[in-house]
Amino acid sequence: MTLSGAFAKASAKLVALAKKAITLTDQKPLSFQQIILKLHDYWSDQGCAILQPYDMEMGAGTFHTATTLRALGPDPWNAAFVQPCRRPTDGRYGENPNRLQHYYQYQVILKPSPPDIQQLYLDSLTAIGIDPMLHDIRFVEDDWESPTLGAWGLGWEVWCDGMEVTQFTYFQQMGGFDCKPVAGELTYGLERLAMYIQGVDSIYDLDYNGNGVSYGDIFLDNEKQMSEWNFEVANTETLFDLFKKATAECENCLEAKLPIPAYEQAIKASHVFNLLQARGVISVQERASYMGQVRDLAKGSCEAYMVKNGWDA
Amino acid sequence: MADFLLELLSEEIPARMQAKARADLERLFAAQLNDAGLKAADITVYSTPRRLALIAKDLPDQTEAVSEEAKGPPEGAPDQAVDGFCRKNGVTRDQLEVRDVKGRATYFAVINKPGRATSDVLAEAIPAIIKAFPWPKSMRWGDASLSTESLRWVRPLSGIVAILGDDLVECEIDGVTSGYETVGHRFHHEGMITIGNAGDYAEKLRACHVLVDHSEREAIVREGAVKAASDGGLELVTDEGLVIENAGLTEWPVPLLGGFDPAFLDVPEEVIQLTARVNQKYFICRDKSGKLAPNFICTANIDATDGGKAIVAGNEKVLAARLSDAKFFWELDQKTPLEEHAKKLSNIVFHEKLGTVADKVERVAKLAEWLVSLEGNGFYQSSPGDALRGEVIEAARLCKADLVTEMVGEFPDLQGLMGGYYAEKQGKSEAVANAIRDHYKPVGQGDEVPTDPVTVAVSLADKLDTIGAFFAIRELPTGSSDPFALRRAAVGVIRVILHSKLRIPLRPILESVNIECSSAFSKWSTQLSEEQYRNHGGAGYFSSFGEWSPQAADRAIDFIFDRLKVQQREAGVRHDLIDAVFALGREDDLVRLLARVNALQAFVETPDGDNLLAGYKRAANILKKESAPGADPEPRVEGATATLGSASSAEHGGAKTRPDSAPGAVGSGESSAPAQAGAHLPSDTSDAPSGDGPLPSQGNKGLSYTPEKAEKALIDALDAAQPDVTAAIEAEEFEKAMTALANLRAPIDQFFEDVTVNDSDADKREARLALLARFRAAVHQVADFSKIEG
Repeated sequence: MTLSGAFAKASAKLVALAKKAITLTDQKPLSFQQIILKLHDYWSDQGCAILQPYDMEMGAGTFHTATTLRALGPDPWNAAFVQPCRRPTDGRYGENPNRLQHYYQYQVILKPSPPDIQQLYLDSLTAIGIDPMLHDIRFVEDDWESPTLGAWGLGWEVWCDGMEVTQFTYFQQMGGFDCKPVAGELTYGLERLAMYIQGVDSIYDLDYNGNGVSYGDIFLDNEKQMSEWNFEVANTETLFDLFKKATAECENCLEAKLPIPAYEQAIKASHVFNLLQARGVISVQERASYMGQVRDLAKGSCEAYMVKNGWDA
Repeated sequence: MADFLLELLSEEIPARMQAKARADLERLFAAQLNDAGLKAADITVYSTPRRLALIAKDLPDQTEAVSEEAKGPPEGAPDQAVDGFCRKNGVTRDQLEVRDVKGRATYFAVINKPGRATSDVLAEAIPAIIKAFPWPKSMRWGDASLSTESLRWVRPLSGIVAILGDDLVECEIDGVTSGYETVGHRFHHEGMITIGNAGDYAEKLRACHVLVDHSEREAIVREGAVKAASDGGLELVTDEGLVIENAGLTEWPVPLLGGFDPAFLDVPEEVIQLTARVNQKYFICRDKSGKLAPNFICTANIDATDGGKAIVAGNEKVLAARLSDAKFFWELDQKTPLEEHAKKLSNIVFHEKLGTVADKVERVAKLAEWLVSLEGNGFYQSSPGDALRGEVIEAARLCKADLVTEMVGEFPDLQGLMGGYYAEKQGKSEAVANAIRDHYKPVGQGDEVPTDPVTVAVSLADKLDTIGAFFAIRELPTGSSDPFALRRAAVGVIRVILHSKLRIPLRPILESVNIECSSAFSKWSTQLSEEQYRNHGGAGYFSSFGEWSPQAADRAIDFIFDRLKVQQREAGVRHDLIDAVFALGREDDLVRLLARVNALQAFVETPDGDNLLAGYKRAANILKKESAPGADPEPRVEGATATLGSASSAEHGGAKTRPDSAPGAVGSGESSAPAQAGAHLPSDTSDAPSGDGPLPSQGNKGLSYTPEKAEKALIDALDAAQPDVTAAIEAEEFEKAMTALANLRAPIDQFFEDVTVNDSDADKREARLALLARFRAAVHQVADFSKIEG
């Protein structure tokens, strides 16, 4: 009856957290940075290593080596971190209240996926002030696939009152390899979650630190300038050249049997490709070919990582 | 007798998979029972997002005992033989019985197989069902997933409840063991629930805020949504798909009414409905006057402590954000005229072997223009420069422009519809806007069939182009797969043509599309790298098109014809009669084809028709045996076929005058080669009635003997009937042609009565066979009677 034990324990915890949540709702809602700190505290308590963001441009937290590469192989791995994400084509010059070309994801990876992972996740929502008896939390089918990473998994988007707040995925394959064992990945959209918790209609109005600094104070100029650069200014010749160089360097690393540097070059190529897309210089026909190149680099790096560690496919 | 309860508890099962999962569970369980020789009085299956459950009523406590016996060696056989027999049957020597078999004392082993306990059967059946469960997608999870052989389920399986009567059925699969315990509602109930038996299962769950019966939840969603709407003075727009989906997403459904800013109602209603339904799974409402109301109904999964206020507020915010996106798209798209949007179609590949959507649009525009300029087309004939022609070309050129708009990018289902709205906003004529909106129609069976001339022209041109194009590159539908929806296109073509009784020759259209697409295909093939060339099948693949291309249009007509047969069978038209008319030479004017078939059907069901058919069969049999002299295998083809690009007028009925140039050539200055001049003869004679001589000229002038009376009568009747039949067919008066043919009935009957065909005089024999051939040919003017059954 270990199952019932786990549930009883989880439920008791839930009740305690819910009580805490109720008291929280009476107070001022959490600031953006408090949400991150609460999540850090919570996942730290669950035994996760709290990492810092990867210091490279990437389109999603999943690209972090702590997710992609660590999802491979048999070793247990539990980590949580914030990852800034860049999606140049999503830039709106700071004019759209819901879209940004640079934003934050909170990423948790639990490997192997624990039996109570859903409850652990729900408790994390309670920890940041969402009362599950007041709000409608639902797991709605949403399977995940990243052709670039040769990866896929099954899971849900988690809805809170109809809003998607988290992507929840059980990785089945990464870099074309079966995940043995399977990792559970939680990706919280931090700005969205914060907008929800704080009840604001524009990202830029988010209370960042609870002490007078808004999200817009910090990032609005960034969005304006980066949008202009992404869409209008970035030198495409340089970008094409960077893409070629990253590709070549990735292959160079692979030859030298250095999967981690190789993977970094793959991420770099991926981001440069995204910039080229934003500049509108890649035709529909070429697009598939570029994506294929990035995929080959990423898969090659994953394969080299497996080999380096002596793991069988 | 005992009732059995099975519950498979898991993490959230996708709503769309639940109905099939219930059916699969029932089927697999019944099969397991059946294999063990057990039967339940009744099996009920339930599902919620977190569980699949099954209750089987009145299972016997055990399977029936069976007694089998095996005949062994005779008494007194060597010990070795007797011991071997015992071993084989698992009995000892003293258990053997001795019986008399034809006077010889013989050993018998009697093996009594006692009944198996049903709980043992179930303990084996449950893991077997779980292992064999056909989820559309399944996954591994947790510690066990270190091996790829670990258990797969739709989402992690966390518990099994299996109770027979009041007793646990003990079983285990991949670390999940059966028990009495399950969980209640995720948020309404803490801890585990202990189930006693099948009888208290549903009620115990209900007490813990879980309605395990999906149909009960569906009823709550269905009725609750209606009530929530009417409480707000509104009428619900019912949607059974949403009812089922929301019931599949909740264990305790609570419909709640919310609203949005009426300013969003500027956005087309369909967009609002789609945003609400597809993205958020909300119902929408109308006010008393039938107008879309700024309200929605969402279905929560909890009885919230505040009565749902926070939930409604949250959902309102989400929908507002979605609608403001939609409004943004709606306004943004309108800043660019459709003409500008259409330019971007040259960046969208229609099919790698066929070029871009812009190429397709150009072909569709030419075809549509040709269709309306075709004389006698049955709906409208435009002349160069008239308003209709201008509208047709404009609508065709813009019909796909909305594919590159933001709104259609977000909601692909709105293709056509958005183009229609944008055209209207841009001040295009109503006919053009309607044609852009409706040119995909008819899509489903109940879908309305366009009748407006501009829409008809664009709709037909688009569908015929699609069919012709994919036939040109030999991407044909198979029994199980039709990735380019060619069947739907063909049915659409048939319905549009028949609905408005359009006189459209399909052959020249499909030939023209074939020519253009074949050249696009060649162009593509020459640009391939060596590796790509090999990957696409190499020389073998590409050279095969030399044989394929000339027959691609015919195959496309055959394909449309096959759909027509299926469609007409439902309307009660005999398929053999359709075959009989089509066999004359791939009649490609569907209206004329059916008119002829209908006349034929009326005729063959009369005594005259029936007898004539019998006479025909007899004549045909004799001719077949004797292989008629002078029979030229070239078939006689009736009915005219218009030919694109040919200025020569056809001599038959149908389209008498043709436009000056082929659709492929309009505006291009260079003709895309007329497919074939004059009346078309099928290249493949095997499809046409064989052995028909060309109609011999009237009379049997060369007769070297005096014909018998009945023989003479048949000659005279043929002389009289033939011109009548020909004239009637040319005038498309098919009933009249049948009547003329009916005049042959008595003479042919009499002929067979009185005249010996197989005369010893070779001259007579030959002349009479020729006469029968002439008779057969006369009948074939109307239809190939050999295809008629009965």
